Amino acid sequence: MVKPPDPVIELAGIARSFGAVQALRGVDLTLYSGEVHALVGENGAGKSTLVKILAGIHRPDAGIIKIDGQEVELHNPVQSRQAGIAVIHQEPTLFPDLNVAENVFMGRHPRDRFGRVDWKRMYQEVERLFASLDVRLNVYTPVQGLSVADQQLVEIAKALSLNSRVLIMDEPTAALSAHEVQQLFAIARQLRERGVAILFVSHRLEEIFELADRVTVLRDGMRVATAPVAELTTQQIIRQMVGRELEMLYPKSEVEAGEVVLDVRGLTRKGVFEDISFQVRRGEIVGFAGLVGAGRTEVARVIFGIDRADAGEIRINGKQVQISSPKTAMKQGIAYVPEDRHQHGLIMDFSIVRNMTLPILRQTSMLGLVDQRREREVARNYSARLQVRSSGIDQLVRALSGGNQQKVVLAKWLITNPSVLILDEPTRGIDVGSKAEVHRIISTLARDGLAIILISSDLPEVLAMADRVLVMHEGRITAEFTHADVDQEKVMFAATGQTNDHYQ
Amino acid sequence: MTTTSEHVQEAATPSRRGANRLVVLISRVRELGLLVVLLLIVIVVGVLVPQFLTVSNMVQILLSISILAIVAIGETLVILTRNVDLSVGSIVGFAAFVAANLFKQQPGTSLLFGILLGCALGLVLGVINGLIVTWGRVPSIVATLGTLYAYRGLDFIYAGGNQVSASDVPDSFLSLATAPLLGVPLLIWFAALLAIIFGYWLHASRTGRQLYAIGSNPDAAHLIGIRSNLLVFITFAISGLLCGFAGVLWGARFATVDATAATGLELQVIAAVVVGGVNIFGGSGEILGAILGVLVLGTIDNSLSFLRVSQFWLQAIDGAAILVAVALDAFITRWVQRLLITGRKR
Repeated sequence: MVKPPDPVIELAGIARSFGAVQALRGVDLTLYSGEVHALVGENGAGKSTLVKILAGIHRPDAGIIKIDGQEVELHNPVQSRQAGIAVIHQEPTLFPDLNVAENVFMGRHPRDRFGRVDWKRMYQEVERLFASLDVRLNVYTPVQGLSVADQQLVEIAKALSLNSRVLIMDEPTAALSAHEVQQLFAIARQLRERGVAILFVSHRLEEIFELADRVTVLRDGMRVATAPVAELTTQQIIRQMVGRELEMLYPKSEVEAGEVVLDVRGLTRKGVFEDISFQVRRGEIVGFAGLVGAGRTEVARVIFGIDRADAGEIRINGKQVQISSPKTAMKQGIAYVPEDRHQHGLIMDFSIVRNMTLPILRQTSMLGLVDQRREREVARNYSARLQVRSSGIDQLVRALSGGNQQKVVLAKWLITNPSVLILDEPTRGIDVGSKAEVHRIISTLARDGLAIILISSDLPEVLAMADRVLVMHEGRITAEFTHADVDQEKVMFAATGQTNDHYQ
Repeated sequence: MTTTSEHVQEAATPSRRGANRLVVLISRVRELGLLVVLLLIVIVVGVLVPQFLTVSNMVQILLSISILAIVAIGETLVILTRNVDLSVGSIVGFAAFVAANLFKQQPGTSLLFGILLGCALGLVLGVINGLIVTWGRVPSIVATLGTLYAYRGLDFIYAGGNQVSASDVPDSFLSLATAPLLGVPLLIWFAALLAIIFGYWLHASRTGRQLYAIGSNPDAAHLIGIRSNLLVFITFAISGLLCGFAGVLWGARFATVDATAATGLELQVIAAVVVGGVNIFGGSGEILGAILGVLVLGTIDNSLSFLRVSQFWLQAIDGAAILVAVALDAFITRWVQRLLITGRKR
């Protein structure tokens, strides 16, 4: 690719923090017209924050944004749009009740000389846009009937109708089938030929090598590399993505693993994951690594009975069991601490004690009345064991810090006295100090004989805490490592679907 | 509203014309279905009771729904933006008493001044609703529940237990509702005119289309720079204004007005709007649908009295109509979605 001398967009020293978390620390990025520029990094590296700054949703704390060499400020999405930047967010932001054409032109309907909406011209215009992209889409269809892929096409048509010169796609392929990905890439190449600068955010390295001209790697809110894709290997990119020191916040205790507690064989849920087999022993921590969307949470949901499997079996202590609901899963001694504690784990407006004792209401109540003394005793006991820092067990969960909220969720499930504990992203969004505490609790639980499944996108965490690491990629287990021979690069290779031949 | 489908046929390539037509037809099904229901009622009751199918009774039905229809227009605008205005009955009642009382105290007042006064009062009350919802960020269901009682309270304080009756006001005021124009009472003309104006505005103006956007996906509306707060404020103001006007007409039509006038009107209006296919969660629906909803419920009421069904049944039957309408709506929505998804595979 021959680079035109003048960049469309230049970012210099962009910084942004959210509370105590420094999401971006002085990032530089330059986009040229007619290039596809990939933006990669681990979860939490700052990609989404950077996208949102360009979209005008977040404002940078520091740094300069230049468009065509002119310094600009993007205070809101409208300014960003006027500056020629179009963003396709992970979830398309369309109007489900309105048809395709209106979605493209909402707020900018073509008008006739009386100021009335010129419907005919609007439909023709949108049909012309789709024709120019070589796409067939019924412009009269309400958007709520469309697939994610088609909704992205509507967003792209919107960008074209705005004559956008920069198109940002934030993980556009996450929800697409392989065929749809190819269609999207064909359109992206076409736009590149028209001189549009495309910023392509993706987890999938093979897609980057297929589509992108240059790649920028972010790590911990900093840019660690920008280079033409042709000059890099997969291995180099992965190294750039993960290359940080292991912090000493993983107090792992050595536990002799006991007998097999959970035995999963050939578990399949069509279109989500396939042929998942693994075992977890007493006192063992099995880590599940992989990228967001690899299917780890989905496996956990099936084991806990939220979703149903299409094939495969689950054995607990050697006996095959049918898990048809979370209730039966709990009866079998399985506990699942979900990823989003706000949505699934906690009731924010309940006190600590009422949250903790929710799963055992049956045991603490007589004739439908709750034995409050018993309830409080249990809650106090677990608050002390997990060192929940609060003003007392009557404090509302809303008022606790993220780390302490997580402890309340943990307590809630431990009270059910499980033999298998599934933790889904147990330390996401909590500060480093609390993180170490949660890790310590996990270690203690393993020592007490629990079989633990640790799903985490925090690679250092999985590597340090797990006795064995299973890596998932697109619904399959692609690798298994023991604690001794695992390292970040191997995991990233397996997680991005690279075969071992590429490695080395 | 036929303009859309005409454009559709012109703009479409022949090969896709059939599919496009189907989609457009389905998106109109709610209104069509209501029309079918309406005709069925009219035919069945007309066969059973010949006196039902007379011009004078048809005019009677239209007369009985006109005020409701005017209020329903404003309510539709509000509901489209994913809000609701519960205070409409109180505004109508207040404006009705203020207007009627004006003509009682000063019989010489010009008719136009009376109308403007009622409209101004409604506008002010609507503006207050709008400010509480947008500027005060109070959910509209709570805000207008509050003003429902507050406005009614003001009405009571102002009326002080007094009543205005037909003999207190000049005939010119009463004629505002009933004077015939081309054989049809003025009241019906007002309702029809307003429905056409707002129905067309909603269809043909950018602002009208943006109301749909706000109700359909508020976050997306914000992202593309639609000034949601301003537009929501405007819909509440319009709703208040229309209620003020409807209140003046209420006074003119019933002549006997005290502080309890139009109590409970809000539920009738919302029922009609929902039956008319306007999504209670915003984003879809038409003025035409809302008017048909009012018409269907009004016709049912009228029919029941012809069929000598006890008034006690009236509410139960209205309730059933709402449930059927909403269930039907959900069914159609799901059906359309399935149709579109299977139609998409190519």
